Amino acid sequence: MNAPDTPREFIAAIDQGTTSSRCIVFDRDGRIVAVDQKEHRQIFPRPGWVEHDATEIWRNVQEVTAGALAKSGITSDEVKAIGITNQRETTLLWEKATGRPVHNALVWQDTRTDQLCRELGRDTGQERFRRATGLPLASYFSGPKVRWLLDNVPGLRERAERGEILFGTMDSWVIWNLTGGPDGGQHVTDVTNASRTMLMNLHTMEWDREILAAMDVPAAVLPRIGSSAEIYGTAADGPLAGTPVASALGDQQAALFGQTCYAVGEGKSTYGTGTFLLMNTGEQPVSSYHGLLTTVGYRIGGQRPVYALEGAIAVTGALVQWMRDQMGLISTAAEIETLALSVEDNGGAYFVPAFSGLFAPYWRSDARGVIAGLTRYVTKAHLARAVLEATAWQTREIVDAMRKDSGTGLTALKVDGGMTANNLLMQNIADFLDVPVVRPMVSETTCLGAAYAAGLATGFWAGTEELRANWRRAAEWTPRMDPALRDREYRQWLKAVQRTMGWLDEES
Amino acid sequence: MARTIQSVERAAALLRLLAGGERRLGLSDIASAMGLAKATAHGLLRTLQREGFVEQDERSGKYQLGAELLRLGNSYLDVHELRARALVWTDDLARASGESAYLGVLHHGGVLLVHHVFRPDDSRQVLEIGALLPLHCTALGKVLSAYDPVAHSELAELELTAVTDRTVTDRAELEKELVRVRDRGWAGDLGGTWEGVASIAAPVFDRRRMPVGAVAVTGAVERMTVAGGAADGELSPRLIAAVRDCARSVSRDLGAGRF
Ligand SMILES: Nc1ncnc2c1ncn2[C@@H]1O[C@H](COP(=O)(O)OP(=O)(O)OP(=O)(O)O)[C@@H](O)[C@H]1O
Ligand SMILES: [Mg+2]
Repeated sequence: MNAPDTPREFIAAIDQGTTSSRCIVFDRDGRIVAVDQKEHRQIFPRPGWVEHDATEIWRNVQEVTAGALAKSGITSDEVKAIGITNQRETTLLWEKATGRPVHNALVWQDTRTDQLCRELGRDTGQERFRRATGLPLASYFSGPKVRWLLDNVPGLRERAERGEILFGTMDSWVIWNLTGGPDGGQHVTDVTNASRTMLMNLHTMEWDREILAAMDVPAAVLPRIGSSAEIYGTAADGPLAGTPVASALGDQQAALFGQTCYAVGEGKSTYGTGTFLLMNTGEQPVSSYHGLLTTVGYRIGGQRPVYALEGAIAVTGALVQWMRDQMGLISTAAEIETLALSVEDNGGAYFVPAFSGLFAPYWRSDARGVIAGLTRYVTKAHLARAVLEATAWQTREIVDAMRKDSGTGLTALKVDGGMTANNLLMQNIADFLDVPVVRPMVSETTCLGAAYAAGLATGFWAGTEELRANWRRAAEWTPRMDPALRDREYRQWLKAVQRTMGWLDEES
Repeated sequence: MARTIQSVERAAALLRLLAGGERRLGLSDIASAMGLAKATAHGLLRTLQREGFVEQDERSGKYQLGAELLRLGNSYLDVHELRARALVWTDDLARASGESAYLGVLHHGGVLLVHHVFRPDDSRQVLEIGALLPLHCTALGKVLSAYDPVAHSELAELELTAVTDRTVTDRAELEKELVRVRDRGWAGDLGGTWEGVASIAAPVFDRRRMPVGAVAVTGAVERMTVAGGAADGELSPRLIAAVRDCARSVSRDLGAGRF
């Protein structure tokens, strides 16, 4: 509620996500002024393959940006900066001269590089690049995806070596296009996105020559690695022409930033397509011995980078979508709660959605999904329960690993993302973890984090203390599950998890 | 048996005819299948067409079932979908008002709280999702009763118990208040449900402008009312505006169009 004479000033955040692109405009208090969103196609050419059409994505990004501005009646000169956040790891190669993608983007969930990852592991195995990158060798990350494209698109490697081809994750693709594309577009990524490529050295924050050589990726395709909050360039045309593009963070790091987890030990869990729990570990990277990732949390301009430990779960909200789209058991994601509430419990059924193998803490690409404990008693409502419980138990596994790696337990879990609209799920998580679950007042923390970083880079906000003061508790769920029941159910869950492993032959 | 209305029976028979077998039928086929004069059949078709229950193919001139029938079948809005759509706006309502925000729907002669956002201070609060509140005294209940005919008929069956000293228990007086609610677009409650607690609620509509729920803010009477001047003790216009803005935003997201 601005007084009439105070200037209207806003920050626009663009979130190029896995299922949709959205643009949200925030005011100085971090309040949402306008939202626009558009889904894009999920392309599944074969089992385990997932692709996006990057041209469609860029078109959608332009549309939602214009849409959000139109809805709010804000003019482009009232927008002081643009922040970018994006689905991470999703890999694109495009022609520098034309901006044409040479292939669909390979999405982070895509498992086509499984075999390649095993080959890259040589005799060291999954941990070969862990020390340099903080990551296990898995099809999840970008490096092997770049290699696959170079190997499989005819003539691409030669063109890449001649410098005609650019690589980027979605942040780079959006920034390059925003800042002019073939006409002077900035080819840049930020440290958080770069830390997910498996090509960047976590300690130097630069591309790692040895890994580039091992993966056979020519340096000519790589973007410059910038910080997460700096002016990369200005929008060349479109509704925000002339506005500085001032931040980029992977969506999960953006959510960490938006939840104002600026102190060591603070963390959040974001419930969207997948679920990602990140904890700030300060200026030192902490190695994981329990299946977590070491990653960059954020870096503000020239300040020192802040690291994070991450537990990544590939499939949570995506399982709800699968129940809707592939099984047709519900017509909207939210209806899963209605269906689940029509019964008291899971009826003995457990659903482990290892659709892209198992991520943290197992990192098993040979795993595939399983529904265990089926009897004739089980109904679709029990399965709906099992779907929600799968998200809660997977969180429990991550939190257990986090405690082992960091040596401290959680006192509360800060959550955000689309699935936090689900009250039953939030209660399940509180029950299964036996800690309170807390939701902040802005559930769109991903966009908020990108806006915060862009606002810091342009002086719109003075510092992180000012941002922290904006955080408000919107809801809190308290645990109320019988401990004996919790333990029994957890054992059943872990048994079901075991049954997913070794389903694919190659690795067993 | 009560007297039936012939034209309604004929309309029903016509819809059944279009629903079965061949999808598209011409006027003369319809007239002869139903044993009606062409003019009578045409009158029925024109009326149903205006309501969207029947559509006429432009090229062939034949008739088929209309989109409105499909919508009738799917019109039920899942309450959890409603919550998901309301999330952003109720967060913002709590933030703008500084009070706790709620989303309620009609359920078994009461108001079911399907969403609750804490008051944005650091005090300890307990999530009230799932609580069932009375229809006749809460601001949410009054809004639902004023706009939703089903709620209104359920209210007629209920005993108007005095929850506090300030609860309206006289039915005529309550009915007068409901008319006022409809006139100004919001309902208030000043200590009629909890001593010292005030509440303001406004209706949420879906794309067919059906009332599907209501949003509200609730807080201490001292914070929710105007102090001093001519309006002393009345509900704060600023909070009323915030609640109505929120209800409009949710309705717009549900496709209710501008109003
Ligand atoms: N009420 C609900 N109950 C359960 N799941 C839900 C509910 N609402 C949304 N979801 C799930 O949450 C996901 C959407 O949440 P969100 O928009 O935060 O996802 P996201 O991962 O950020 O998407 P993107 O990758 O496109 O950014 C979908 O997978 C959807 O199935
Ligand atoms: Mg997202």
